[in-house]
Amino acid sequence: MKEKIRLKLSGKILTFPPASVSILAVFFIFIFVFSQGLPLFSKISPFNFFFNSTWRPTATPPSFGIVPLFLGSLLVTSLALLISVPLGLLGAIYIAEIANPKIKEQIKLTVEVLSGIPSVVYGFFGLRVLVPLVQKTFGLPTGETALTGGIVLSIMILPTILSLSEEAISSVPVEYKEASLAIGATKWRTIRSVTIPAAASGITAAIILGLGRAFGETIAVMMVTGGAPIIPTSIFSPVRTMTQTIAAEMGEAVFGSTHYNALFALGIVLFTVNLILNLLAIRLIKKKKW
Amino acid sequence: MAVLLVVMTSAILLSRTPTTTSTARSIKVKGSTTVLPIAQAAAEAWMEAHPRDSIIVEGGGSGVGIAALIDGTCDIANSSRTLKEEEKQKGLISHEIALDAVCVVVHQSNPVGELTLEQVRRIFKGEITNWSEVGGPNLEIVVYTRESTSGTYETFESKVMARENITLRALTKSSNGEMVQAISGNPNGIGYVGIGYLAQARGVKALKINGVTPTPETVRNGTYPISRFLYMITKGQPEGLAKDFIDFVRSPEGQKIVEEQGFVRLP
Repeated sequence: MKEKIRLKLSGKILTFPPASVSILAVFFIFIFVFSQGLPLFSKISPFNFFFNSTWRPTATPPSFGIVPLFLGSLLVTSLALLISVPLGLLGAIYIAEIANPKIKEQIKLTVEVLSGIPSVVYGFFGLRVLVPLVQKTFGLPTGETALTGGIVLSIMILPTILSLSEEAISSVPVEYKEASLAIGATKWRTIRSVTIPAAASGITAAIILGLGRAFGETIAVMMVTGGAPIIPTSIFSPVRTMTQTIAAEMGEAVFGSTHYNALFALGIVLFTVNLILNLLAIRLIKKKKW
Repeated sequence: MAVLLVVMTSAILLSRTPTTTSTARSIKVKGSTTVLPIAQAAAEAWMEAHPRDSIIVEGGGSGVGIAALIDGTCDIANSSRTLKEEEKQKGLISHEIALDAVCVVVHQSNPVGELTLEQVRRIFKGEITNWSEVGGPNLEIVVYTRESTSGTYETFESKVMARENITLRALTKSSNGEMVQAISGNPNGIGYVGIGYLAQARGVKALKINGVTPTPETVRNGTYPISRFLYMITKGQPEGLAKDFIDFVRSPEGQKIVEEQGFVRLP
């Protein structure tokens, strides 16, 4: 009896520290980013950050307007979703409902491999193959555009959306399908009107997680979107994302300077967006009411 | 069992010899991608002659190197720009190691062969937007510039732009190498690189500025308008391996390496 209690307790003592380390890590990163970014608002007004459309951090006088950067991130992410959600969803339906087991295994394996490719490799592929292709195909002055970034990102988040959606669809109770087929609905009708709606919250969670990943991607977009901090007027416009701005400029921002604070403020925005998206996704997966 | 563990551990710990003896030295050199080829070639030459010394060279841009030097995370900062007042006040000292020309480059198929400094400024400001306005084909001009971490960017800003802003529509590249790659792939493009990158570059050509071609001679005699010194910067006076390395780069043997890399030796 004493032995049992001792084992139970030592089990808890052994597992609690590793588990809390990850929570503490997120907590400390949160504190760090906010502590380095918030001082910005004592140096420039929040209006001048959130609603200013000029990002020129090294000019005299400098300007730290986030608008073009936020819109850049938004546009590239939206394009990525536009491409990968239909593809991912249809792929998930195919894997879960239609494919025979052998093909299913192959596709799943391939998707796993795709998700393991480092982002810089995607970026390199985008730079050397997609950029000239986009430039030629659409007759643009340059192939470094939001569209190119969207295409690269869509390939990167496809595995996430596809595998999570597939899981959601697979976990719809088989009784639903059986009931639908029993009352005479065709297989496709069943998928459309019964299975997908039943898996809706899981699929939405998959999309939100894919969105989160796309929003936070840095190196791949950095290499193909051109990096021009302008408000995009079309999908063929070069853009600059918030993530790429931090990566490109952090190296020379002097510790404690306004530029330094501004870059961390970008980090605060990214952190907040990611936090909201993840909370949404978790709630949906647990099928809680909003 | 526990005793054995303790004995083994202490044996391992005590048997470690110090990793840096008084004859093995190491330094970290970081910064300008313009100076990078020179620093790398010189470091390799030095380490071949002095196998116990280790010199690690990194890029990142002049701004990155100087920031790292101030923070104490590197020993020498490579820079293709002069020090700012705040940087000098932190005790940074710059040492000239070579001469360089910032060349305005276009795709090799571009019929335009020369521009005035004024035209270059107006193109980079975004006022001239089509190649036909400067004697070229009817193509939209795509301006490429460097990130603010770049010393080449700072030099271009002060010597060509006269501190006026480069258009926000300019595409940003993070190194000289990337710039060459971008221009060689885009017939519409215009950008700028250190002269050392022209030698190995394929697909780009340098424009004559105000009628002067960038060459070692025109840099030395000052007729090429966008010339500058390249520097290695230290915090305080250099000592030890840092001092030896900088002296080496400035020596005749080091200057030969400078020229081999496509740059211009010190006058």
